[in-house]
Amino acid sequence: MGKIALKHVTKSFGTTEVIPPLDLDIEDGEFVVFVGPSGCGKSTLLRLIAGLEDVTSGMIEIDGNDATRVPPSKRGLAMVFQSYALYPHMSVRKNIAFPLRMAKVDEAERDRKVEAAAGILNLTDYLERRPGQLSGGQRQRVAIGRAIVREPEAFLFDEPLSNLDAALRVNMRLEISELHQSLATTMIYVTHDQVEAMTMADKIVVLNAGRIAQVGSPLELYRAPQNKFVAGFIGSPKMNFIEGEEARKQGAHTIGVRPEHLALSTDGGTWEGTVGVAEHLGSDTFLHVHIDGVGALTVRTQGEAGLNHGDRAHITPDPERIHRFDGDGLALA
Amino acid sequence: MATQHSRSAARFMMAPAVFLLLVWMLVPLTMTLFFSFKKYLPLRGDSMANGLEWVGFANYVRFVGSSSFWPSIQATLVIVGGVLVVTIVLGVLLAMLLDQPMWGQGIVRILVIAPFFVMPTVSALVWKNMFMDPNNGLLAYLWKAFGGTPVEWLSQAALPSLIMIVSWQWLPFATLILLTAIQSLDSEQLEAAEMDGAPVLKRFWFIILPHLSRAITIVILIQTIFLLSIFAEIFVTTGGAFGTKTLTYLIFQRVLESQNVGLGSAGGVYAIILANIVALFLMRIVGKNLDA
Ligand SMILES: Nc1ncnc2c1ncn2[C@@H]1O[C@H](COP(=O)(O)OP(=O)(O)OP(=O)(O)O)[C@@H](O)[C@H]1O
Ligand SMILES: [Mg+2]
Repeated sequence: MGKIALKHVTKSFGTTEVIPPLDLDIEDGEFVVFVGPSGCGKSTLLRLIAGLEDVTSGMIEIDGNDATRVPPSKRGLAMVFQSYALYPHMSVRKNIAFPLRMAKVDEAERDRKVEAAAGILNLTDYLERRPGQLSGGQRQRVAIGRAIVREPEAFLFDEPLSNLDAALRVNMRLEISELHQSLATTMIYVTHDQVEAMTMADKIVVLNAGRIAQVGSPLELYRAPQNKFVAGFIGSPKMNFIEGEEARKQGAHTIGVRPEHLALSTDGGTWEGTVGVAEHLGSDTFLHVHIDGVGALTVRTQGEAGLNHGDRAHITPDPERIHRFDGDGLALA
Repeated sequence: MATQHSRSAARFMMAPAVFLLLVWMLVPLTMTLFFSFKKYLPLRGDSMANGLEWVGFANYVRFVGSSSFWPSIQATLVIVGGVLVVTIVLGVLLAMLLDQPMWGQGIVRILVIAPFFVMPTVSALVWKNMFMDPNNGLLAYLWKAFGGTPVEWLSQAALPSLIMIVSWQWLPFATLILLTAIQSLDSEQLEAAEMDGAPVLKRFWFIILPHLSRAITIVILIQTIFLLSIFAEIFVTTGGAFGTKTLTYLIFQRVLESQNVGLGSAGGVYAIILANIVALFLMRIVGKNLDA
């Protein structure tokens, strides 16, 4: 079981309130991703759940029991830190076995569990090495191994992939998702990378300055963002926002259209403008088009666009996919 | 950097310093060796000008044969070992204490370092006269306040008292090095251990202490080098009495009190050998800590 509920949880450091009252329910077996810009309180929230920070007020429930005052080691949660936090003077085997040793598991049992975890994580050949002799990805796996052997109610990850290079990140992302499928344990995963959030999560929690901007499945957030912050944060490239006359025509303060929902043509369309810089990714091209009287928009087209810098082009938004926001940035129905 | 040219330039520029160091070491060393094979009693009229009598290993045999030799080796090792244990145990505790965020941290740190700035002679005198004096010392008052008989520290418990005085001087050094080591410990490691179910003592044993092992090694090495030759503290407190006569002090007595330069020089050579044995021993057991 790994059901976690936060009830009116707040956190202040001195006089600065980092987390204003916050409510959140995490179901058993869910893969929940906290995502948000740097400094929005993701790590703080995770550390509150782990028990490494004390809540200023509010309540944390784990499996229906009040865990607010329970020390970290008794919460049944395992955490993987951004810096991996491996014990440098212990071999990989001893690192992974450490929680078992602390729990006074006997040696045979300990070895069996360590071997099993090492098998899952492809670490069998490295068990006698020190962390200093491993690559970043291998260290990451050791940190995960140390979490797995405890058989926790839930795993907490704090930006575990941010120290890895792009290719390895994609790999580890898949491995962690795979692990979630096979263990079916609750996982809470912190990242500032919306791609990681979209690809891994069952449920995304978007945080903005300590507040929850929106909670939902990746596609819910993509299709129906509740506010401008979420609309701008989820999706790559970023959603285009248009204010002024064009927005007023739609009865909104601001309208938003994703780059993939803009159609490009040379002969006619809703808006007309000049093509600026084009970013060619091979499969896609991102065109920056300066629309007369509207501003710069990013357009995503498939393959080669066949337009050059300075060409005139017409752009038509998909009317079904226009998001409308009021003056406070909230989505209009 | 390491071109042929820059290397020879570096060698050339280092030469004066190396030369000076060599002279600094070699001249006294050869002179000690030279005197140790001679009969040289200045008060009996021996002098370099008259030529000194060659006595072979007689001085060496006599130095070891003296009834003070083995006790002096023992006293040396007890003092060095005692001070090492006290400074490292207290140093680790103090370093952990000073690492905690607290009010007035800057001032407390300066206070802790302060004893290091006091000259050994002065601090030993302060201890002798202000704390350990059986009539007027603070400790005597303390004992009397509780109805006890004041202890004559420097005669009844001379070795422990000396260890205490020297430890007081060296504690700041150990604390300082251990404090910087503690500060370099990644706090996430401690948090990880906490989540892994390690209570405070186990976190200390499994995380903090191994992290400090290299710093402890350095403290042991450096302090041993200096502690083997402590002198002033003994000179102003017990004058070598009550079992506090170390090898260094014995040599001093032979040369200056008995005015036997040859015998003292032989003792000096023994001291060099002892220091090297200890150094070799330390390098063996702790050296691997340094390159890990
Ligand atoms: N111990 C602390 N004392 C005071 N302020 C803190 C402390 N820890 C965090 N903060 C503040 O709380 C806010 C949230 O910090 P937090 O580390 O949770 O951000 P984050 O979302 O994890 O950011 P990042 O993506 O950069 O890791 C920041 O503004 C930070 O300055
Ligand atoms: Mg963070």
